[in-house]
Amino acid sequence: MSMQNSNSSAAPSWPLLTGVSVVGVYAHFLLHAESQIAVLGLAVGAILLLIAFSRFGWTARVATSAATYPKLLGAGAVAAVVLVAAVSYEMHFALLMLTTVLLYSTVCLGLNIQFGYSGVVNFAGAAFFGIGSYTAAVLASHSPLPHLLIVALAGLVAALLGSLLILPVLRTRGHYAALITIAFGILFKTFLEVNDALGGPQGLKIPGMEILGWKFNDNIAIGDHELSFYLNYLVLSLALCAVTFVLVRRLERSWMGLSMDVVRLDETAAATFGVDIARWKITAFTLGNGLAGMAGAIYGMMTGFVAPNNFTFGDSLILVSIVILGGIGNPWGILPAAAIVLILPEKLQFIQEYRFLLYALLVILILLFRPDGLLPRKIRNYFPGDAGR
Amino acid sequence: MSTILLEARGLTMRFGGVTALDALNLAVHKDEVLGLIGPNGSGKTTFFNVVTGLYAASAGSVDFEGREITRRAAQEIYRAGITRTFQRSRLCLPLTVFDNIAIGNYQHLQHGLLFNLFRRQALKRQYQENLEEACRLLATFNDKLVDRLFDPVSALTMIDRRRVEICRALISRPRLLLLDEPSAGMTHDETHELMSDILQVRQRLREAGNSVTIVIIEHEMNVIDRVTDRCVVLNYGEKIAEGTYAQIAADAEVQRAYLGSD
Repeated sequence: MSMQNSNSSAAPSWPLLTGVSVVGVYAHFLLHAESQIAVLGLAVGAILLLIAFSRFGWTARVATSAATYPKLLGAGAVAAVVLVAAVSYEMHFALLMLTTVLLYSTVCLGLNIQFGYSGVVNFAGAAFFGIGSYTAAVLASHSPLPHLLIVALAGLVAALLGSLLILPVLRTRGHYAALITIAFGILFKTFLEVNDALGGPQGLKIPGMEILGWKFNDNIAIGDHELSFYLNYLVLSLALCAVTFVLVRRLERSWMGLSMDVVRLDETAAATFGVDIARWKITAFTLGNGLAGMAGAIYGMMTGFVAPNNFTFGDSLILVSIVILGGIGNPWGILPAAAIVLILPEKLQFIQEYRFLLYALLVILILLFRPDGLLPRKIRNYFPGDAGR
Repeated sequence: MSTILLEARGLTMRFGGVTALDALNLAVHKDEVLGLIGPNGSGKTTFFNVVTGLYAASAGSVDFEGREITRRAAQEIYRAGITRTFQRSRLCLPLTVFDNIAIGNYQHLQHGLLFNLFRRQALKRQYQENLEEACRLLATFNDKLVDRLFDPVSALTMIDRRRVEICRALISRPRLLLLDEPSAGMTHDETHELMSDILQVRQRLREAGNSVTIVIIEHEMNVIDRVTDRCVVLNYGEKIAEGTYAQIAADAEVQRAYLGSD
């Protein structure tokens, strides 16, 4: 422990700042790349550069630096997103992609509490995301409630509908629990398709978000320049994602995270030491579904439209593969993984049709060669940055 | 005559047609080290599992400190003051030594969502307290283990894992500790070392006013001879002898149970 501290206090902050800048610049080029060859070149280049950097021990230096200055890392990441967005201020599509990454990351942070910490598998993430969108559609169209409250309520409704699943999820484990959530996701989609009140297969329109008279769906005019309206949603999504991130981190670095970990790893030992297993599974499941619901509400208001086909089992699988790719249990892994899984297929038009094939391949390769994910979870450090014990 | 801490009366555990515990009457006296011995399958571990609430007894009762605890949930029995180790260590291998010991103090950790997420300073104080306690316990076993507080348990040797498991069982200051074959899988020397450690920890706890009563399942007879005050011998889920090690070692029925009759 003492060695770990002396190392970390000596670590400089510039590798971290350089690392964040490189990732930011890379994200910018990726979002702006037009030709298929440029995108492909960027993807292959990233892999080669990563291999080269880790050969020279540069990635390790960035990691040490990041572990030493966690707050700087957080601020740097937020600044990078803001800068990349600011540079693309009039590009609807790039901003839509970026916002989608942030919202999906929020959902995955929730999934991470569920199966990363407490071991509750959830293959219905997209369904809870969809519940959020539908709640927003109904409430925003038929009630005068303020839209931020609707986002919170969407989270609540998703958590409540998720509680329907708690009993079967508590009574089953592993594959069986997975099957139950898969069944729920499929039931959800089927229910929406046959339910005319919720628009059937055509879905519903969702009014754009409006907070204190500020209309999110209007482009922002500053002098002669017109900024894309997606910037509104980007800022809101960034705020949601950042707050969620901080809270998930705190949860992991507390007795809650410890209890959830023990529940996941050994239920018998947990029970022998007084750990209330059901309590932690319910807490994790509810928190995760609530986050999915909130993200779904914002996403729905941004796209202006919700239909059952947006929330298939395949979409749930994408969410799960983001968590696996990033590194189960590590919130930092989720952001790059979400960016890879969401942006690359959009950019590489020719793989669009094969995207599920690619996800499957990616997950298989990760599980074979890097089972802990791109950024494996680190050992719990309750109060990082504090010297000594 | 010492007071009785734990008493099983007519305790029976059936698994289908198999009777693992057969109307067992067994008393554990306060402050003693009781050895629980018997051939494989004689019901020793089953007794632990029934007492700690992992199995629900088919019949009979268990009293702890004068209160009935039969068929209570494992969590309740832990809160009543009984902890245990397992024959095959049940530590969470990817978690650190500290994490594994801290979870043993679950009843004293605050679990509220708001406390854990927003009262970080109060959490930090609780964390420091538990850290100090874990260090103190580990140091009783071995000073070197304190340096490994933030290593994952998977990096530890077998004997150190056992020590961590015993620390996890002791940090909540239980009145009764059940040790399920702590020497399993260890060499003769390691076993000797571990037993000295256990006796030492117990002595220090007693001096600090936290005396702990121990029931130990063990196969090594020299261990039993060395650490126990009294022994109970089980065979086919029944008690066949009881007394000091010298008494039970001389018992004809015990010899038959272990060596077979002919």
